[in-house]
Amino acid sequence: MSPAQAVALARVRASDAGLGETLSQVRELARRSVVRTMRQPASVVPAIVFPLALMAVNVGGLDQATNIPGFPSDSYLDFFIAVAFVQGALFACMNAGTDLARDVQTGFVSRLALTPMRGAALLLGQLAGVMALAAFSATLFLTVGLTFGIAIESGVAGALVILGLALLIALAFGGLGAMLGLRTGSGEMVQGFFPLFFVLLFLSSMALPRPLIEQDWFRTIATYNPVSYLLEAIRSLIITGWDGEALALGFGIAGGIAVLTVTGASSALRRRLTRT
Amino acid sequence: MSRFTNVAGGVAWRTIHHFLKNPAFLLPSLIFPLFFFTAFAGGLSRVGDIPGFDFPSGYTAFQFCFVLLQASAFGGVFTGFSIAADFESGFTRRMFLAAPDRRAIIVGYALAALTRAVLVWCLLFAVALATGMQVDGGPVDFGGLLVLAFGVNVTAVLFAAGVATRLRTMQAGPAMQMPVFFLLFLAPVYVPLDLLEGWIKGAASVNPLTPLIGLARDLISGGDVNLLAYAVIGGLGALMIGWMLTGLRRAESAGA
Repeated sequence: MSPAQAVALARVRASDAGLGETLSQVRELARRSVVRTMRQPASVVPAIVFPLALMAVNVGGLDQATNIPGFPSDSYLDFFIAVAFVQGALFACMNAGTDLARDVQTGFVSRLALTPMRGAALLLGQLAGVMALAAFSATLFLTVGLTFGIAIESGVAGALVILGLALLIALAFGGLGAMLGLRTGSGEMVQGFFPLFFVLLFLSSMALPRPLIEQDWFRTIATYNPVSYLLEAIRSLIITGWDGEALALGFGIAGGIAVLTVTGASSALRRRLTRT
Repeated sequence: MSRFTNVAGGVAWRTIHHFLKNPAFLLPSLIFPLFFFTAFAGGLSRVGDIPGFDFPSGYTAFQFCFVLLQASAFGGVFTGFSIAADFESGFTRRMFLAAPDRRAIIVGYALAALTRAVLVWCLLFAVALATGMQVDGGPVDFGGLLVLAFGVNVTAVLFAAGVATRLRTMQAGPAMQMPVFFLLFLAPVYVPLDLLEGWIKGAASVNPLTPLIGLARDLISGGDVNLLAYAVIGGLGALMIGWMLTGLRRAESAGA
């Protein structure tokens, strides 16, 4: 049987596979993805250490900013902790992209194309490792924040919503990483996008609320930057309580990005499998 | 002496040529300082309104000094990556065979780091002045600021060279980058030392980069200059020369 016939046969078998079989495929790939992520300190450590270090340095250095008239909180930690969740999601993006690109480079994706495995199972399974890391790091950031005295105005339910939103943001950025990894097939190129995401974070309402940003041009960029709304949704749960508008914007934007990027990743995967 | 300068010049030319011909190497060192300057001076300018913040030249100039020294330091660190890459590819082994005095190789890399830093300084000054940065210091202060930035650049490249000659792999990148990054950000970045509180004030008080950043800010604002900072950068430089030379000796005895 020629390779093309083998792939065609695999596709027919995949289309015959039931939901139970698909779930079993997702479970196996998810297990592999989680184990691979947790076995790589180079993936786990920066995703946890960098957001905590940035938070420590900024909270220490900018604590006096709470004295600016109109600043919404008397603790800069309450204001800044939202950044850790979004920064953690950026690392999720890099991890997902790099892992998938490595699978393309090593031929793992090509070998899977010869099995009766569904594309969706591959994508969901690959994102499982990223989501596991995101869940762990978000819980850790919240625990560190609570230890150092943040007060969550929306209470325990608000804390759970923060974790949920952090996971949705990680899925959105993880999907973007997966799309980049599958399209480029190069871990180095995926890593090259990291500075761009960092710019998105810094040109948002990361350090000051938008109304307090003095420079018009910077405030305009921050207003058009979707990352501002992700930060403000998490921040609202900590500082304000239940703010429907901020939450709707945050969940809407995170959900929208997740749909777009996961769809984009699925399409990139289909193209990659077709090429195979 | 002429062989020393030939080797240093050759290494410098090769390294400069390499990063000028490869935008992927040059652009990060040009764009990142501009980006930090934009993000800090643009996004945080209201921090200048905090009670007790009395820097006379405004928040843009306040942040410019930090970014200038940061760019100088990272110009040195990025050159350390080139040294590590040359060790990894085996190119340094060939240079070691050809150079009668191997210190000339490091001097060559340091010249390349300085060239890279000068490019960044020009761009940074142009953008800062175009966006209305207030400079209250005179020409002598300006010269003092450049000497300080030069000292930071040389110290950083010596530190990075010391790491690269010991580890001789690209995986040494974080070991060069992280200490510099943390030292920079544990200095008074956003507000003067007097306005810091808590643990970060303690860290900034013992951080050797704090007097350097303070001196840069005094120079740009035409304020009273604390010459002790020049002694600090001189001391750090001397320390890093020793660090680099011992690393070079290790690389030589390991056969690079």
